[in-house]
Amino acid sequence: MVNLIWAFMAIVGIVYAMFNGTMDEVNKALFESANDAVTLSIGLISILVFWLGIMKIAESAGILKALSKALMPVVSKLFPEIPKGHPAMGYILSNITANIFGLGNAATPMGLKAMEEMKHLSGTDTASRSMITFLALNTSGLTLIPTTVIAIRMQYHSVSPTEIIGTTIITTVISLISAILLDRLFYYQSIRRKK
Amino acid sequence: MAIITAVSTWLIPCFLLIVLSVASWKKVPTYELFVEGGKEGVKMAFSLLPFLVGMIVSISILRSSGAIDAMINLIAPVLMTFGVPPEIIPLAFVRPISGTAALGITTELISTHGPDSFIGRLASTMQGSMDTTLYILTVYFGAVGIKKMKYALKVGLLADLVGIITSILIVKMVFG
Repeated sequence: MVNLIWAFMAIVGIVYAMFNGTMDEVNKALFESANDAVTLSIGLISILVFWLGIMKIAESAGILKALSKALMPVVSKLFPEIPKGHPAMGYILSNITANIFGLGNAATPMGLKAMEEMKHLSGTDTASRSMITFLALNTSGLTLIPTTVIAIRMQYHSVSPTEIIGTTIITTVISLISAILLDRLFYYQSIRRKK
Repeated sequence: MAIITAVSTWLIPCFLLIVLSVASWKKVPTYELFVEGGKEGVKMAFSLLPFLVGMIVSISILRSSGAIDAMINLIAPVLMTFGVPPEIIPLAFVRPISGTAALGITTELISTHGPDSFIGRLASTMQGSMDTTLYILTVYFGAVGIKKMKYALKVGLLADLVGIITSILIVKMVFG
């Protein structure tokens, strides 16, 4: 899918330029934008180093664990099919906390572990209710502080690179709530159909 | 609205204050850990580089040819009646499919329209508040051998739609 989109954009652009007489611009943009992208990626180093450095401290100081514990009562209500004290719950909580702090690389292995444990619980190759709830949380984007976006805004000389944190958090929360509600809605619909 | 702006400014410094205070109180070697974690940041930036070069070049070809403007002019009348800026449509469409592709589009929108323009702020909010639904479902279900996804895709994509609409409304409300 990504491969198609990527190639499609370039192909459409070049073909359109043939008829539109903008080949000069395309030729220029090709090399300039490659150059810009490299400058941008190197500019991203500052924030990524800073943020991942701070997160390493937060992890060692037990702040991520404390937050996982605090989220436990709320999150366990979302997964009524997972028995109390089951390892799946621990992995789910670690995945959520890592996502909140934008640690995508740490979140994925935890999430995969959680999926494995949930598969042990259900034992089929059909998605279980808990799995779908878990992925609904993940796909609605749990990040509180969008570090990469802030870094990009800095690179393009924003007057206030962090001003979008507030709008990002509100949007995240609303789409998270609607993901949970939609998950509930479709679950009860699927039960009713069985009867 | 003033509260939302204040949260944006205060959140990171306060978080930093809490982390460093708790860590120092627990006698965690803060500076050494910072450096250790920071090394991962260098690696991450370099691993993003080829993705960004690929995506940004492909999008600039499309934009400089004039094809994006032609497409926007075509759909603008319909979207404008709902108050949706047509420039944002490619991002809204790609965001659930690929994270790096969306990051490329966001970057291109920010550089073309400016980070503090309405479109720049909207692209920033959309990029930050959503995740790659299709990618997550494929990876997570694929890794544990789930063949029937049931209603998972419906939930994910509908929640994305809510996210897109919400981001437009919120950015309009907060930044006018």
